[in-house]
Amino acid sequence: MIRLFVTLTTFFLYILPANAGFDETINELTAPVASFVGSVVFFKISVLGAQLPLVVLWLVVGAVFFTLYLGFVNISGFKHAIQLVRGDYADPDSPGEVSHFQALATAVSGTVGIGNIGGVAVAVTIGGAGATFWLIVAGFLGMSTKFVECTLGVKYRTDNPDGSVSGGPMYYMRKGFEERGMTGFGKFVGTFYAIGIFIGALGIGNMFQSNQAYVQLNTVAGGALDGLGWLIGLILAAVVFAVIVGGIKSIARVTEKIVPFMAIFYCLFAIIVILMNYASIPEAIANIFTGAFTGEGVTGGAIGALIIGFQRAVFSNEAGIGSASIAHSAVRTPEPVTEGYVSLLEPFIDTIVICTITALVIGTSQVADPSFAGEATGVAMTSAAFERQISWFPLPLAFGALLFAFSTMISWSYYGLKGWTYLFGEAQMGQTIYKLIFCAFVAIGCMVQLGPILDISDALVFLICVPNILALYFLAPIVRREMLSYRARLKTGEIKRYKH
Amino acid sequence: MSNSVLVAIDGSEGGNRALQFASDRAKLGGAKLIVIYVIEWSPYTFNTPEENAERHTRREQEIERATTGVVEPAAALLKASGIEYETVVRHGAPAETLINIAEKYDVQQIVIGRRGQSGIKTLLFGSVAGNLVQTSPVPVVVVP
Repeated sequence: MIRLFVTLTTFFLYILPANAGFDETINELTAPVASFVGSVVFFKISVLGAQLPLVVLWLVVGAVFFTLYLGFVNISGFKHAIQLVRGDYADPDSPGEVSHFQALATAVSGTVGIGNIGGVAVAVTIGGAGATFWLIVAGFLGMSTKFVECTLGVKYRTDNPDGSVSGGPMYYMRKGFEERGMTGFGKFVGTFYAIGIFIGALGIGNMFQSNQAYVQLNTVAGGALDGLGWLIGLILAAVVFAVIVGGIKSIARVTEKIVPFMAIFYCLFAIIVILMNYASIPEAIANIFTGAFTGEGVTGGAIGALIIGFQRAVFSNEAGIGSASIAHSAVRTPEPVTEGYVSLLEPFIDTIVICTITALVIGTSQVADPSFAGEATGVAMTSAAFERQISWFPLPLAFGALLFAFSTMISWSYYGLKGWTYLFGEAQMGQTIYKLIFCAFVAIGCMVQLGPILDISDALVFLICVPNILALYFLAPIVRREMLSYRARLKTGEIKRYKH
Repeated sequence: MSNSVLVAIDGSEGGNRALQFASDRAKLGGAKLIVIYVIEWSPYTFNTPEENAERHTRREQEIERATTGVVEPAAALLKASGIEYETVVRHGAPAETLINIAEKYDVQQIVIGRRGQSGIKTLLFGSVAGNLVQTSPVPVVVVP
């Protein structure tokens, strides 16, 4: 394995002339691909002067439908979700399996990534302060979508002969449609989704993350890493390689343990910065509301803000993409719907809490000094907002961004792998090929500009949400039935609460 | 309250001494022994998706290892000396699990061995014996 890595590295170094020109070449090569993929997936229709990508509409309509169809489960199920995570309903006679808390923590560390820091800045730059409002609305509605997908993920997962589990949209598509007598169609969308998540893993869960981690490192280094994207990329790829191919799980374990604390640390400092900008808070909040409905100074007005808000929210909390259901399916429970409840908390933590906090850091800074970020976008803009108040913060932020990026990449390498093994089976050779491709894209992510990366990532992500939401519509009645039955049994006490 | 004693073993010397002590007392008083092996585990750790997917298999392996490696040999000893016993293998936080099982079996006392870990470690994480003594509803014997 080590020899393989050395060979690959030598190969990379051989083809890489060690100068800025290489990053540019890669950039020039990817830009047209990005714009082509983007134009296909983001087929736009004109709504009141704003360009509405059909796929965003697809997600919004889905989320609204599930929220209504399940009777606002995102509100009514919230308290129960917390009880489940606390272990109130865990049978004390059979401990030792994956707990609700663990499944949630794993899924959250996959979703809390650079999107929460950099993605929000992108939303505010393009969509104005009003995008924040729609971001929150999208997070709220996304809770229902997650509920549906994660319930299905557990219900239709596959127990492998070796005792491990494989779950996720491709499995609920295949089995769910089979149950409804649509075997052929189920196989088709299952395969389509598996291809989508495998390719999509290279965008949102990979290139975007490594790209923004590099950008933040470069910002901290004062531009000293300009043109050295390939080097940082190779280093990052090497660490990812060590974990996913080399099996050095200790690195992943350490990251998994640090990331939650980093997230808390990040929110804490973000709140401090917001409080330091206290004079700007009322105006910043007012801007969010007025911008949401008037969209002043933003292309496409209020609709423009809405579209951007929704787009970035999905990118961050992954509701509708189906990825989280892969992580949640590891829970062994006789009641799949419990995992649906728990997953409600994900968009809440990711979008309604963390993204909103980031948006307020940027928003209050903008009110205090509209030109605070200069030309910076993405994570660099968020970093500038922190720097205004806490001069040394970009450094720990870079460290945090790197860890966020890393843990998201590790989670997504697993999601992509599940798509891959669904398609090609569990053979080791195939899995190694997939992992090598994944590592190569980590490196490429650092060499390309944010624009094309975002286009490709967005396009790929939305590509997988098309078959996923379609399947969710078909299978939602099953989820609703399970939910109602579960609720009834909860009421009669048939489902026991062990801790009070 | 039934005439039974809960004794915790973990394959260590301390655990063996606890078992020895408990079985001696059980023989004298005609008590039943509940022998428990607690596999340290918490539902609140952070894992990778892969660890979660493999958790079920891991759990079975852990139980298997504890049962064949530690609990069965202990049971063989008790059987040989004609003591009535029952065995339990359970995942969880040691002190908390011991208390739950003590309540479930309605035992008269809990017997555990001392680990004798370093001062720093105890300072940071507390000791099982210390926690147990603080919270147990029944008398606890700590065998040195």
